[in-house]
Amino acid sequence: MDLNYTPEQLAFRDEVRAFVRASLPHELSRKVIEHKHLDKADFLTWQRILFEKGWIAPHWPVEFGGCGWDAVRRHILEEECAAAGAPPLISFGLHMVGPVIYTFGSPEQKARYLPRILSSEDWWCQGYSEPGSGSDLASLQTRAVREGDHYVVNGQKTWTTLAQHADMIFCLVRTSTTGKKQEGISFLLIDMHSPGITVRPIITLDGAHEVNEVWFEDVRVPVENLVGEEGRGWTYAKFLLSHERTNIAGVSRSKRELAFLKAIAAQESDGGRPLIDNVRFRDKISRVEIDLMALEITVLRVLAAESAGKAPGPEASILKIKGTEIQQALSELMMEAVGPYALPYLPAQWSNHWLGERVGPEYAGPLAARYFNMRKVTIYGGSNEIQRNIISQAILGL
Amino acid sequence: MDFDYTEEQQMLQDAIGRFLEKNYTFEQRREIVASRIGYSPTVWEGMAALGLLGVPVAADAGGFGGGGVETMIVMEALGRHLSVEPYLGTVVMAASCVGAVGTKDQKDYLLPLIMDGSMRLACAFNEPGGRYDLNHVQTTARQDGGFWILNGAKSVVLHGAVADLLIVSARTSGAPGDREGISLFFVNPGEDGVGGREYPTYDGMRAAEITLDNVQVSHDSLIGVDGHALPVIELTVDRAIAAVCAEAVGVMEALNAATLEYLKTRKQFGVPIGRFQTLQHRMVDMVMHCEQAKSMALLAAVKVDDPDVVERRRAVSAAKELIGRSGRFVGQQAIQLHGGMGMTDELAVGHFVKRLAAIDTQYGDADHHLDRFATAAQTPAEPILAKPRSRWKQL
Ligand SMILES: Cc1cc2nc3c(=O)[nH]c(=O)nc-3n(C[C@H](O)[C@H](O)[C@H](O)COP(=O)(O)OP(=O)(O)OC[C@H]3O[C@@H](n4cnc5c(N)ncnc54)[C@H](O)[C@@H]3O)c2cc1C
Repeated sequence: MDLNYTPEQLAFRDEVRAFVRASLPHELSRKVIEHKHLDKADFLTWQRILFEKGWIAPHWPVEFGGCGWDAVRRHILEEECAAAGAPPLISFGLHMVGPVIYTFGSPEQKARYLPRILSSEDWWCQGYSEPGSGSDLASLQTRAVREGDHYVVNGQKTWTTLAQHADMIFCLVRTSTTGKKQEGISFLLIDMHSPGITVRPIITLDGAHEVNEVWFEDVRVPVENLVGEEGRGWTYAKFLLSHERTNIAGVSRSKRELAFLKAIAAQESDGGRPLIDNVRFRDKISRVEIDLMALEITVLRVLAAESAGKAPGPEASILKIKGTEIQQALSELMMEAVGPYALPYLPAQWSNHWLGERVGPEYAGPLAARYFNMRKVTIYGGSNEIQRNIISQAILGL
Repeated sequence: MDFDYTEEQQMLQDAIGRFLEKNYTFEQRREIVASRIGYSPTVWEGMAALGLLGVPVAADAGGFGGGGVETMIVMEALGRHLSVEPYLGTVVMAASCVGAVGTKDQKDYLLPLIMDGSMRLACAFNEPGGRYDLNHVQTTARQDGGFWILNGAKSVVLHGAVADLLIVSARTSGAPGDREGISLFFVNPGEDGVGGREYPTYDGMRAAEITLDNVQVSHDSLIGVDGHALPVIELTVDRAIAAVCAEAVGVMEALNAATLEYLKTRKQFGVPIGRFQTLQHRMVDMVMHCEQAKSMALLAAVKVDDPDVVERRRAVSAAKELIGRSGRFVGQQAIQLHGGMGMTDELAVGHFVKRLAAIDTQYGDADHHLDRFATAAQTPAEPILAKPRSRWKQL
């Protein structure tokens, strides 16, 4: 048992740290650390920097343009990027559809899409959920009917994150209505610029435009855009969900948020003293910190098992639940820390370049909106209730 | 012991309930929130016509003569409809503050204008960097001839920009943090030197940052006794706290009703999601939190009129602490149980949740009141003075 990095790993960490320090634009990390609005260009800037370096897909096999790194190296990269305030990578291409394509896709699909995912030329979004099919995803109704060498797609997807920027969407569609409902589902890659697609914004309670409705009306999709076999979409989707869940723990980002929380609590005053000296508040910070320490080790245990050849299994659900609970607790404490200055709602000021007079401390502005926005993390990616069902069924056999 | 409303209280509840059903639907509220001034003059007039703007005003001054319970009845209804009207500042706080320590002239002038709806007031008690402390007053007022000159800054003043008159706390002696030396003044926002910056708050209300730069106000703008305002500020804020506790109960009831309905109608896996036991228990917890909150709002409503300051403090802070916690639980779970729908701006759920979060922040969060509860007896409880003691002796 040894919880320390080896000398090689330490050397690698120093290399990563130096690279991130040298290449991450300060303006960008400031936005990330201070919870300011990130636009499409911000995400792309960082993804392209990593791409140039060859580090955009550490988890992909080398033959497809990835690094083929082991879990520890991946962890180190994630840790260093998050700590420095790099924007999160948009997962839809890199962590979701990419692995599906290189695992189950045709040679043509691999050749066409994988390089464009790596270079961020295509922005992908995920078309799974529908108005009537959230947790019960297998009940989805969007139809794809084969007509010659096309599928004709009709239906509606919803909650589609950042579809407003997307060039491509990977969809679960129903190709058969007979038999088990899971078996009638197929996995289609659809060009978002196709005629018949309409994207409508859904504004969330924090006032943000992050999710959308995507409507399909007689959208013609070439059959070569089917991944794998017809009717096997559910298997591919489950493969993908387990990938989504290992990323969702977000330990490294939570560590950065924790540091920010402490910095705020040191600046806020309470009864003439720094808030962080208020034992009642400090205890709450410490408790989250301890939970986070535990989760980090749990994540490393799961990663170690994965490196030893175990596929990510239901343990990923534990990471998702604890990771999201910690993320929410941190966002809650940050909002609480700034007291009355959580109240002003002035999105225009959440920018590095606001020239006017600010209301309240600069760090306080976005914190309430962020708290409300973070309610999503226990809902999406398989809600925490569903994750608990998975653990109780798959691990505990209940 | 009697938990029933009197006939009069019942009528009050019916009247405001009916009025808001008709004039404050979620869609109407959305328009009001988006409007330039951020509240509805028509609704305000309607509330005046129903006598709602005089609920805490003494009967001999033409008001309803209500206490904490009547205010609770009104606030619960306002909560259920997510009202953004400046009721709290004008009626609950300003009218009762003036009622408690105002001079006869001040009452004769102001109370009728408040009751007939022609005047709105806002209380500017908090300051940047002071968090929730009411005695953190750095704004100063000094006498100069027949005038008071005020200098300083006030933060997050609820409805500060729509107020026709501000009630401002300022230090006439002592150091920031001292309990003594704080005074209250009427300040006309149109006065030279008053600066204001209005902004929306995340719960659909409006607030303002207010600056006072050599603002000159007349001698009779002083409210109560020079240097002895903290006890009346504390009372006024306690009334506001009891009121927002009742409002929170209205919000929680509305949220629980919406969530229960959703559990019965939303289907996944071929059944209403309310069939899943984990959600049933969650909903039960939400209802229990709400019942506990209702009990505490009731206790605060009754005890806010208690002349024993320590009793009052303990009850009000206990209510605020519990409601901070229960509001958080109910709000978070209401979103969670609605799934993606709970995250939308379109549904009322998110708006209710935001109001609950804002209520926790108003006048001190759960932690602040946990501390105030525990130290209620150790904190000095000075009497509320309407007139200087020296004048009593002369009588
Ligand atoms: C901000 C955001 C971004 C999203 N982005 C995407 C995206 O890019 N692409 C995409 O396809 N989807 C996306 N989603 C959708 C997300 O995956 C769904 O919201 C999620 O699967 C839950 O489905 P639902 O919203 O329909 O809620 P429902 O399934 O209706 O659930 C409502 C409640 O019931 C509970 N519940 C349901 N079934 C059970 C059960 N069997 N046992 C116990 N409890 C249960 C849920 O946990 C929840 O609390 C996003 C959602 C959000 C909020």
